[in-house]
Amino acid sequence: MSLLELRGITAGYGDFTALWGVSLRVSAGEAVAVVGPNGAGKTTLMRVISGLVPPREGDLSFDGQSLVRRPAHEIVAHGIAHVPEGRRIFPMLTVADNLKMGAFLPRARRDYRDSLERVFALFPVLAERQKQRAGSLSGGEQQMLAIGRALMSRPKIILLDEPSLGLAPVMVLRLFDLIRRVREEGYTILVVEQNVRQVLKLVDRAYLLEVGRIKMEGRADDLSEQDFVRKAYMGL
Amino acid sequence: MIDPIFIAEAALNGILLGGVLALLALGLNLIFGVLDIVWIAYLDLVMLCMYLAYFLVTGYGWPVWLGGLAAVGLGALLGIGVHLLIISPILTSAPINQLLATGGLLFFVQSFATFLWTTDHRTVRLTLPIIEVAGMFLSFARLIAFVVAILAMIGLYLFLRHTFIGTAIRAVSQDREAMRLMGANPQRVYVVTSAVGGAMAGLAGALLIIQYSVHPYFGAAFGPLTFMVCVLGGLGNMVGALVAAVVMSEIISVGGVMMSTEMGYVIAFVLFIVMMFARPGGILTRRE
Amino acid sequence: MARLVAWALLGVIAVAPFLPMGGMRQYALHVLVQIFIWSFIGQAFSLMGRFALVSLGHGAFLGLGAYTAALLWNFWGVTPWVGGVVAVAGAVGLALVVGYPCFRFRVVGHYFALVTLAVGEVVRLLIIAERDWTGGSLGVTVKAAGTDASLTALQFADKRVFYYASVIVWLGGLWVWQRVDRSMARSALEAIGEDEGAAASVGIHVTRFKLGITVLSAALTALGGVLYAQYFTYVNPDTLSGIGVSLRIVFAVVLGGMYSLLGSTVGTALTIALSEYLRVLFGLKFIGMAETIYGLVLILCIIFLPAGIYGSLRGAVLRRLARRRAAPA
Repeated sequence: MSLLELRGITAGYGDFTALWGVSLRVSAGEAVAVVGPNGAGKTTLMRVISGLVPPREGDLSFDGQSLVRRPAHEIVAHGIAHVPEGRRIFPMLTVADNLKMGAFLPRARRDYRDSLERVFALFPVLAERQKQRAGSLSGGEQQMLAIGRALMSRPKIILLDEPSLGLAPVMVLRLFDLIRRVREEGYTILVVEQNVRQVLKLVDRAYLLEVGRIKMEGRADDLSEQDFVRKAYMGL
Repeated sequence: MIDPIFIAEAALNGILLGGVLALLALGLNLIFGVLDIVWIAYLDLVMLCMYLAYFLVTGYGWPVWLGGLAAVGLGALLGIGVHLLIISPILTSAPINQLLATGGLLFFVQSFATFLWTTDHRTVRLTLPIIEVAGMFLSFARLIAFVVAILAMIGLYLFLRHTFIGTAIRAVSQDREAMRLMGANPQRVYVVTSAVGGAMAGLAGALLIIQYSVHPYFGAAFGPLTFMVCVLGGLGNMVGALVAAVVMSEIISVGGVMMSTEMGYVIAFVLFIVMMFARPGGILTRRE
Repeated sequence: MARLVAWALLGVIAVAPFLPMGGMRQYALHVLVQIFIWSFIGQAFSLMGRFALVSLGHGAFLGLGAYTAALLWNFWGVTPWVGGVVAVAGAVGLALVVGYPCFRFRVVGHYFALVTLAVGEVVRLLIIAERDWTGGSLGVTVKAAGTDASLTALQFADKRVFYYASVIVWLGGLWVWQRVDRSMARSALEAIGEDEGAAASVGIHVTRFKLGITVLSAALTALGGVLYAQYFTYVNPDTLSGIGVSLRIVFAVVLGGMYSLLGSTVGTALTIALSEYLRVLFGLKFIGMAETIYGLVLILCIIFLPAGIYGSLRGAVLRRLARRRAAPA
C-alpha cells in the first residue's frame, strides 16, 4: 500500500499551470526521485504535497487519508516533512533553535531531546555549531541543518527539494552520503533533483518530469540505462 | 544652584519611570517585530486596562495586585481581539491602510472612553509609603512598578528565548512559510504574539494606575513618548528600546528638576530630532 | 463629456455664495470653506501618500504653518503674506531635517510613519510646553485687524471673501497635483514607491526625489495651515498638530481615493459631512458618541473599502462594464 499517492494533480500559480495531471506514488520505506530539467515543475510538485500550493484538480492521499487542499501546517502534522528549495532555515536563530522549531508539533515535542540527539549523531557538525547563528553557516551545513530540522518532526516521509543546489561538488557527494544514512535509518524519502547521476545511485525508483507531466517512470537502474536520459541529462 | 540631592533624586526617579516606559516600548516593538505593524492605539489599550484596575480597586474593593492581574488579563484579551478583528483582515493591505486601521481604533477607543466615563481624571488613592534613601524621597509605588517591570521584561526574554512558542514568535518574522512547514499555523503564532503584547500593555496599565490618574486621553500623554522611545531605540530593537527608555526618562526627569517640567520635555524632544539626524536607525545602530 | 461636467461644477462653485439658501448661507459657506481648505491640505498629503510615503505627522507642518503666521502677526504685526512665506520656509526646513536622514538611511513603511508621527507629536507638545508665547493648550487668537476687511491682515468679516480665497487655493492645489502627475518625477517616484532598490539601481536618485516631494507636500500643508489660521482666527495645538489631525487628513484622502485628482476633495467632503451630521445629531447629549461613531465608521471603511470610496466605486463600475461586454449581445 502506498504511503503517499498523487492522482491527476493539476496545479499552478495564477494563470500559469505548472503541473498537468501528475500521478505518482511512494511506498513506505522507499526512496523515490523526481528528476527533470529546470522549470519542469519539480518544486511546484513538492509544494503541492506539503500544502503550500493548493492543486486545482486531483487528489493527494497520505497514509490512506485524503489531504488534498488542507493547509500546510495540518499536512505537516500528518507526518510529511518538507525540506524546501534553498534550505529556508531561520537565519537569525541559532542552530539549536532551528532544530527546536523542527519539533514544534506536539507529538514531536515529547521526544524533542531524543530527536535532537539522533540528529546530532547523524550530523556532528550541527552539534559543534549549536549556538551559532544559522545564517553564518556554510551552504552545506545549512542543508544539513534543514534536513536535521525536518527529522526533528519525526516524519513518516521526507521531501527533499533540490538538496544539492548551490553546493560544491565535494559537498554534494558528502550530502548524498548523509541522505543515504538518513534513508538507512528507515525514513521514506521523496527527492527532487537536477543532479540525476547522484540521485539515481541513491533511490529505488524515479520519475521523469518534463514540462509539468510525468514522461517516464521506472526503477533507478532501468532509468539510467535509458539512452535519452543519459544523453539529455547525464551528458554521456 | 540646585541641591545635588534633588538631581540625584530626579535621576533615580528617571530610572524608575524608565522601567515602565521600557515595558511599553517593548510591547509595541514585539508586535512590530513579528507582524510588521505598528499598533498606534497601543497606549489607548493601556488606558482601558487602567480603567479596569481603577474600577475594580475603588469600586469593588479588590486588592491592588488582583486588580493588576485583571488588567493584564484584559490586556491579553484586547490584544487577541484587536488582532482578530482589525489586524487579521488587513494583514495583506497596503501599509497606509494598516496604519489607518489602528489609527481609527485610537479615535474609537478615546471617544468611547469619553462617552462612558467622561474626561474626569480618576485616581486610585493608595496610601503607599514614601521611602527615604540617603536623603532622597522615593515613592514606593514607583519602586514597586519598576521592579515588576524589570521582572516582566526578564520574563519576556526567557519566554522568547526558551519556550517553543517564544522561539516560534522569533522565527515567524524571519520566514513565515518555513514556519508553516514546521507544522505551525502562523495565524496562531500571531494571536499569541498579540496576546503577549496586549498583556504587557495591561501590566503597564496596572503599574501606571498606581502612579498616575487615568482619563480618556491618557494615550495622548504617554503615547508620543512611547513612540519616540521606539524610534530612538530602533523600531523592533528590544535592547535599543530599553536604553532609549532610560535615556529619555532621565532627560525628562533631571531636566524637569533642573529647569522646568516643560524644559525637560523640550530637551528630550530636541534630542529626539537630533538623534533622528544622527542615527535614524536607532541609537544602537551603526551609521553606514 | 467629463470636461463639460467639470466646467458645470466650477460654475456652480463660482456662484454658490449667491444661491438662495434660506438663511443657511453662513453655515453652508462655513462648511464649504472648511471643505476647500482641508481638501487642499489633504491633497498636499496625498502628494506623498500616493508614492507610498505615508506620513502620520502632517500635523507638524500644519501647526508650524498656522502658528508661525499667527504669532508673527500677534507679536510683531508681520502681515500674514510675509508670515506665510516664513511659515512655509519653516515647514520646508523641518521636512528637510527629518526627511533627509530618513530617506538616506532607508527608513520606510511603518517605521517612517512612526517617525513622522513622533515628529508631529513633538511639535504639538512643544507648542503646549512653550505656553508663555504660544498659549499652550488654550491656543492663540489671531489679533483682530480692527477693520471689516484688511488685505494686509488677511482678515475679512465677509465669509464670501474667504470662500473664494479657499476655492482659488484649492484650485491651485489641483493644478500642482496635475503638474506632478504629468511630470517625469512621477514615474521616478512611482518606481521608488514600488521598489527602492530597483529604482536606485537604474540610476534614480532616490533620496533627492523623496526629499523633493516631501518638501513640496510640507510647504503646501503649511500654506493650508496659514489659511486656516486666517479664516478661523484661532489656533489650537490639538486641532492643528498632533496625531489626531494627522490621522484625519490621511483618512479623508484614503477614503476619497489617494491616487485620483479629486480623491482628497471627495474624501474630505464626505468626512466633514459625516462629522457635521454626527455633531448635529448628538448635539450636547452623549458627549463622545459622535466621535466614537466616526472612529467606527473609519475602521469599517478601511477594512471593507480598502480602495477607498472612489476606488471601490470605480472597481464596481468596471466589473459591471466587463460583465456587460462579456455577455452575448
